[in-house]
Amino acid sequence: MAYTISKLTDYSAAALERASAELFSALGDEASTVKNEGDWKIFRDRWMARKNGVLTQINDLWLKAAPKEAKREVGLRVNLIKEQVEQQVADAKVRYQIPELPISSATSEISETNLRRDAIGKAGIIDITLPGIRRPIGAEHPVVKTTNEMVRVFQRLGYSVAEGPVVETDYYNFESLNFPPNHPARDTQDTLFIAGQQAKPQRERLLLRTHTSPVQIRTMEKMRPPLRIVIPGTVHRNDPLDASHSPMFHQIEGLAVDTNITFGDLKGTLDHAMKEFFGSSVKTSFRPSFFPFTEPSAEMFVSCFICGGSGRRGTDPCRPCKQTGWIEILGCGMVDPNVFEFVKDNGYDPRKVSGFAFGMGADRIALLKYGVDDIQLFFQGDVRFLRQWA
Amino acid sequence: MKISSSWVREFVDLSVDDRRLAEDLTAVGIAVEGISGSGADTVFEMEIGTNRPDAMNHYGVAREAAAIYDLPLKELSAFSCQLSAKASGAKAQSSVKASNAAQKRRSSTGGGAKKASAAKADSSSASRGAAGSRAPSKQSSQRASEDAAFPITVEEPELCPRFSARVIRGTTIKPSPEKIAHRLQLLDQRPISNAVDATNYVLWEMGKPTHVFDMDLLEGGRLIIRRAKDGEKLKTLDGVERTLSSEDLVVADAKRPVGLAGVMGGFDTMITDKTKNVLIESAWWDPGTVRKTSRRHGIHTDASHRFERGADFESTVLSCDLVAKLILESGGGELVGGAIDVVSRQMDQAPIVLRLSEVHRILGSKLTTGEIFRILKKLGFGVIPEGQADAKFRVQIPSWRLDVEREIDLIEEIARLHGYDKFENTLPAYRGAVVELPHAAADATLRERALALGYNEAVSLTFISHAAAESFSSGAAVLEVENPLSEEASVMRTSLAPGMLDMLARNLNRDAEDVRLFEMGRVYEMRGGERVEPARLCLGATLTAVKNALPAGAVLDVSKGEHAAAAETFRSFKGDVENLLAAFAHNQLSFDRETAEYFHPGRSARAIMDGAAVAQFGQIADDVKSERKLRQDVFLAEIDLEQLHRRGLRQVRFAPLGKYPAVERDFSFVFSDDMGFEAMRRAVMGLGIPELSEFKAVEIFRGGAIPTGKYSILLRARLQSDEGTLRDEQIAAWSGQIVKALQELGGVQRV
Repeated sequence: MAYTISKLTDYSAAALERASAELFSALGDEASTVKNEGDWKIFRDRWMARKNGVLTQINDLWLKAAPKEAKREVGLRVNLIKEQVEQQVADAKVRYQIPELPISSATSEISETNLRRDAIGKAGIIDITLPGIRRPIGAEHPVVKTTNEMVRVFQRLGYSVAEGPVVETDYYNFESLNFPPNHPARDTQDTLFIAGQQAKPQRERLLLRTHTSPVQIRTMEKMRPPLRIVIPGTVHRNDPLDASHSPMFHQIEGLAVDTNITFGDLKGTLDHAMKEFFGSSVKTSFRPSFFPFTEPSAEMFVSCFICGGSGRRGTDPCRPCKQTGWIEILGCGMVDPNVFEFVKDNGYDPRKVSGFAFGMGADRIALLKYGVDDIQLFFQGDVRFLRQWA
Repeated sequence: MKISSSWVREFVDLSVDDRRLAEDLTAVGIAVEGISGSGADTVFEMEIGTNRPDAMNHYGVAREAAAIYDLPLKELSAFSCQLSAKASGAKAQSSVKASNAAQKRRSSTGGGAKKASAAKADSSSASRGAAGSRAPSKQSSQRASEDAAFPITVEEPELCPRFSARVIRGTTIKPSPEKIAHRLQLLDQRPISNAVDATNYVLWEMGKPTHVFDMDLLEGGRLIIRRAKDGEKLKTLDGVERTLSSEDLVVADAKRPVGLAGVMGGFDTMITDKTKNVLIESAWWDPGTVRKTSRRHGIHTDASHRFERGADFESTVLSCDLVAKLILESGGGELVGGAIDVVSRQMDQAPIVLRLSEVHRILGSKLTTGEIFRILKKLGFGVIPEGQADAKFRVQIPSWRLDVEREIDLIEEIARLHGYDKFENTLPAYRGAVVELPHAAADATLRERALALGYNEAVSLTFISHAAAESFSSGAAVLEVENPLSEEASVMRTSLAPGMLDMLARNLNRDAEDVRLFEMGRVYEMRGGERVEPARLCLGATLTAVKNALPAGAVLDVSKGEHAAAAETFRSFKGDVENLLAAFAHNQLSFDRETAEYFHPGRSARAIMDGAAVAQFGQIADDVKSERKLRQDVFLAEIDLEQLHRRGLRQVRFAPLGKYPAVERDFSFVFSDDMGFEAMRRAVMGLGIPELSEFKAVEIFRGGAIPTGKYSILLRARLQSDEGTLRDEQIAAWSGQIVKALQELGGVQRV
């Protein structure tokens, strides 16, 4: 027995530190000699036995003997020693059971890991760096996700969701939206038509709606003003598939009609909605445009949410905004009085009510938002693509 | 469309640089999408709305620029002194009358109008463009008089309200001067010859399409504007021989058509090196007629583009003169006679009443009468205050603005010149409620569940091929696309299945084997003559994915071999379908084997909820698998959302938890293969034991000591009472009943 507890005469911090170091050194040495259960029991009893174990001796020789003013300091020191002893005793047991476990050096530091070491069972430790087995969670489609998020922004502004058919009549898709028959504005729509309609009057002929705007008329026919609707939906155009075109895509349309709606309301509503969708730092800008069913008509731009409006990303040019700092997001305008004329009998007298409408491409916004470089990826169901939203 | 900035600057003295000019034009809706070149060769790439044909040329852009910066716009003139005469109101009046008369006669002939017209775009005069300043024209219902430079007969005055012409004799056809050629090249226009380039130059300068004929090739020395005869032929400038119909309007000589009105000139009368005498044509064609002809023949030209959208009625004579001037300057020759100008009908551009209150109601901004007045004047509108105080204006519309017809059109002009971004952003008050679509909650629940089950959301194209429409027919009539992009996309989908199979195949072909997809969408079909768009949900999964999802502890069939594996994978997939269906209110859900042919006959099922078929699902038939070259078996589920929507989501009602312990009893039986579990479950549940809370299969085995055609099944009953702990004799009695019921089904109990 090399180590014996000395009586303390000097209770200074330095002396305490010296005495503890001597004790810890002995503790470490003795712990390292534990090779089996027999050794361990002797080791445990020498240090922890209630009668004459080292801990008991320290309690008597150091703490009880200490003068009153040093009691607190010594008490803390003794507690520390007690924790270390218990730790070493527990570790020594694990160590002879699992030979690979390294001997931890006894220090005055208290670590959680050390405290938990004795909880390691007989089976030892496992590799916690191996990846977990993940029960698959499906990924939301980026276009559906974008649509839902945008719709929710408008729902919070008091808009109700409205829907309408994809296979539409000429009347709803064009005529009632102030596209007269044979008007060149129809050319811009690249319409896909349903076969076998020649025998019908033009307004009844079926086609694939080229925009979600027909739902404006359909809803106004059913509901009287005031009205606030948001219309998500699938639309089609005669555009062959390539990286930026698809014959099928998705729009989100909005319409507000009341007795007091102004162009300022259109701007304010969209500005608010864009800040909510893209973040409060985006700015909006409106430029004149042309749509047969709105007047005045505008295109709305938001300050580029990729480069923050600077037109650059570090030293590279910002591609999404073509270095302009602005991205065109939607078309909008005040509802053309000619459109109201088609639903005048349901309370939409253009002399009494006014309104605004807007429409945006959900796919385009998703392309921009996520930096996807090819619209076709949206419609191929490729899990390597879809899983990125998981 | 390309615009040269230096050309624009010819008409207005701009101090701003090109970049600023581009920005300012864009801000008023004359969008510059890009700038290329530099210095005098700077070119703007423009995007001009279909409603603004007046701005699709350099003078038009200059007019907008002049309005933006409030600068004077220079006059466009050809022979300003000797050949033009200022219009007078009195003459205009008589001209309108004459044209009305001509209209009634349905035909008019004109020519030799020595004092013809002064359609000078004198934009500095506020009254320009108003009805009072119509260019006068001399007309006669007689045949062309002796001094006519070239007789013109308009047989269709409705479709050709104005036809102007000029004659040049003794000119030389040669390349254009450098300035003209260079400017055209800047706009990507190929120079051809001085006469042809002159028309092109004028088109880009002031927007009015014109045409030049080799006058000596016009037979009979006259032109007639008439409808084509059915079957009549015309070889157009592009060298294509076209067969005309009576719907087409043509410019014809005494014998044959020599031009497709407003669309393209004729090949046989075009300018060649040998041309000496030139007839210049500048007409105003009915936009609808031009559009129909252009579409019918599939020719879209710079001319048709502008005529379709409405050209400036007052520019016909000026454009002729500008072309003539360019030809004379480069090729020499002599102008014969005056401008020929046959006006059969005047354009009706009535003044518009503009109310200040309406401007404020729509724009929400308190623009002052002064601001409004200034904006309109700058754009060439005539503004006369009317009525009480400043509340109303009478606004006269310039002849080049055919798009401005209503008060709202003027309000747009005011807003656009004022600057959209200058209007204050406001939020309107609202007194309505937000209403959800009737099926929003059901659809959201299905989507959440599909995602939670590990299916990735997919969106496929809505078109399918005729072949797919046939293979996956629901029996209903299909909707075909008249002008499909391809045969593969020629029918509106009647089922989500073909799209799902394509997506699964695509993944398998790219070595993605663990694939689970779902799509919620509509299908399109005709029912009783009406189109309908029922909602569907489709699940798709590869065998690998279904197997991977099979929890080890859930395996029932422990026998070896393909049969057990197939049964277990089917159950794994069926569980997903059940998880979706379980969200909906129902009393009874059962399954039968009535599925479509594209499903595997032995490994697919139809789900019936309270008597209505709500889904079919299972493995895809082998022939479909091989036809589509699928690299492994795949599973599909087609769920009819119309049916589920009708039921609505299941409403949760709390059931008290059992207070007393449950007891489980196992029964081991051998049954013949044709006896399914559902029959056993029904027989046992049908015993009416209230304490029987669950009856399930826990293990199935075939082979070994079990004879072929039979299988062993371990069944487990769970018994629990709300009233107290069950006693052994009770349990024994119920067990006996259960055994008896199973034996009655032909089962043999194994002990």
